[in-house]
Amino acid sequence: MTIGGWIIMILSVGSVTSLFVWCIYKVLSAEGEEEKIHGFEVETPDTRQDD
Amino acid sequence: MESWNSRLGVILAVAGSAVGLGNFLRFPGQAAQYGGGAFMIAYFIALLLIGLPICWAEWAIGRRGGRDGFNSSPGILGYVTGSKKFRYLGIIGVIIPVVIYMYYVYIEAWCLGYAVNFLAGNMNFETVEEAGTFWGNFIGINGDGEAIGFGIKQVGGFLLLVFVLNFVLIYRGISKGIEWFCKYAMPTLFVLALIILIRVLTLGAPVAENPNNSVINGLGFMWNPNKTILYERTVDESGTDLWNVKTELVGKTAIEAARVEAAANPNLELRAKTMWSQLANPQLWLAAAGQIFFSLSVGFGVIITYSSYLNQNDDVVLSGLAATSTNEFCEVGLGGLTTLPAGFAFLGVAGVAGMGTFGLGFNVLPMVFSEMPGGAFFGFAFFFLLFLAAVTSSLSMLQPGIAFLEEAMAINRKQSVAILGFVTAAGCSFVVYFSAGVKALDTIDFWVTNLLMVVLATVQIIIFGWIIGVEKGFAIAHQGAAIRIPSFFKFVMKYVSPAFLIIIFGAWIYNSVLGFSLTGGEKKYSSYIVDLFIEPNVAAIMSVIVILLTGAFITLLTARGSFEPKPQPTAQK
Repeated sequence: MTIGGWIIMILSVGSVTSLFVWCIYKVLSAEGEEEKIHGFEVETPDTRQDD
Repeated sequence: MESWNSRLGVILAVAGSAVGLGNFLRFPGQAAQYGGGAFMIAYFIALLLIGLPICWAEWAIGRRGGRDGFNSSPGILGYVTGSKKFRYLGIIGVIIPVVIYMYYVYIEAWCLGYAVNFLAGNMNFETVEEAGTFWGNFIGINGDGEAIGFGIKQVGGFLLLVFVLNFVLIYRGISKGIEWFCKYAMPTLFVLALIILIRVLTLGAPVAENPNNSVINGLGFMWNPNKTILYERTVDESGTDLWNVKTELVGKTAIEAARVEAAANPNLELRAKTMWSQLANPQLWLAAAGQIFFSLSVGFGVIITYSSYLNQNDDVVLSGLAATSTNEFCEVGLGGLTTLPAGFAFLGVAGVAGMGTFGLGFNVLPMVFSEMPGGAFFGFAFFFLLFLAAVTSSLSMLQPGIAFLEEAMAINRKQSVAILGFVTAAGCSFVVYFSAGVKALDTIDFWVTNLLMVVLATVQIIIFGWIIGVEKGFAIAHQGAAIRIPSFFKFVMKYVSPAFLIIIFGAWIYNSVLGFSLTGGEKKYSSYIVDLFIEPNVAAIMSVIVILLTGAFITLLTARGSFEPKPQPTAQK
């Protein structure tokens, strides 16, 4: 593997891994995330048999 | 009213939809074929110019349609544009996932079958040819109807199992079925991928007689920006010299040996290909854009449906970016370091170059796993990983159809699941029966992914940038957003992305349909055109008829459907 190969590989893998980790961190730490959670009790068409 | 249970759940579901066989098998092959480092430059540019913009547009348009109770692509596109014409263009967003499901579930069954066979100790191959023979018998590649069998070394039983699994999960609904499964499947997939990654990176040079075939050189084959190629001279009938690629060389030992050989033989020549010369090849740009496009599942009809189940104040910008980055991590970070280097370490350049998705996944890698220490476990882990990735994708292919049937026919989920189950079972039976040379699968895949997906993505980005308007589109996207889309994406989404897509589409027509070469070679029709118009092939023609019949069925229902808005109670917040 050449030096160019190492550089491209480290930059590519490093950038997508950093973006992935940052996004997951932002999603899990976002303020008000609790308020956006819907309950499993929400009615769904598969539970609605009368229509 | 259906909805997602949590933001992480919808992100994992969208990422699960995108992460599939393409991340672990197609991407490494494409990257290596088109110049490794050079390919990655084009790949990341395509991610910025078409991947992310279309992804954000789809998330925003979908959530906007969902506010008034629309969950299907025809309903959403007709509603957000205020025009029935776009409802008919939205039909493509139902045809694509429904038709792809018909063959994707078949491939999903291969993955489960391979995982089970590794566990059962049935996968002991000395050569790639042996592995290829097993694959051919397993999927019935030698003759129509041969795939229908229910033994452990035949695909039938596994197909039945995965078909039922998909419909049980989809019947359970958005949060209790899709989200529940993805919340467990995606982390499991990450763990399995990391285990395999560690195994591959610690292989060293596993074949003592070929020390040049090492994992490090395998990584070089995948990532080196400059290539060393050995050319061989032949003379054609008119006496003209032709220099053809004999092999690519990776590793100091192999290059030095080839240099000595070329010095002694005037019919051999060693040439270097720089990164910049590779970037001048239009095929590389098309391949990179195509990989981004298909990998992210944009223009697929899935994201628009999934995001329609969000609350109006739920973020879509960060969620879209998070789902994209999850897919990219799996593709570049895991797929890019695993499959090709593993194949190279055992077989060298000749064993992995130009093998294609199925060749690499179902011929090369089974042989590689069967040869490595602990191969039964690692083989099982790899194919179970592919199976999980495939299920999370196939589930996403069913939901647009379910949403469409519920909306167009005003029926409940139970009824829509039954109808979609019948339609997809009929289509899948067709694909499985015409298994000779995987002709039906290959033909449907070619026309749906290359033609319909690009058209739908173009329609969606034009709706976002021009019909809704990029300013209003940004305002819709930013409602409840946890992060902001950088302003320069306004220009990108209005001008660059549509232009990029139109160029891709034009180049595809020019090259793959009309048969002209992008690099100056002679005109040659692709096998798909030959099968339909020059030397008609029954399976190929019937495959196109299956697509057209599915399209006609969906068009008929769209014409009869009322598509009345049903505002969500939460939309009044």
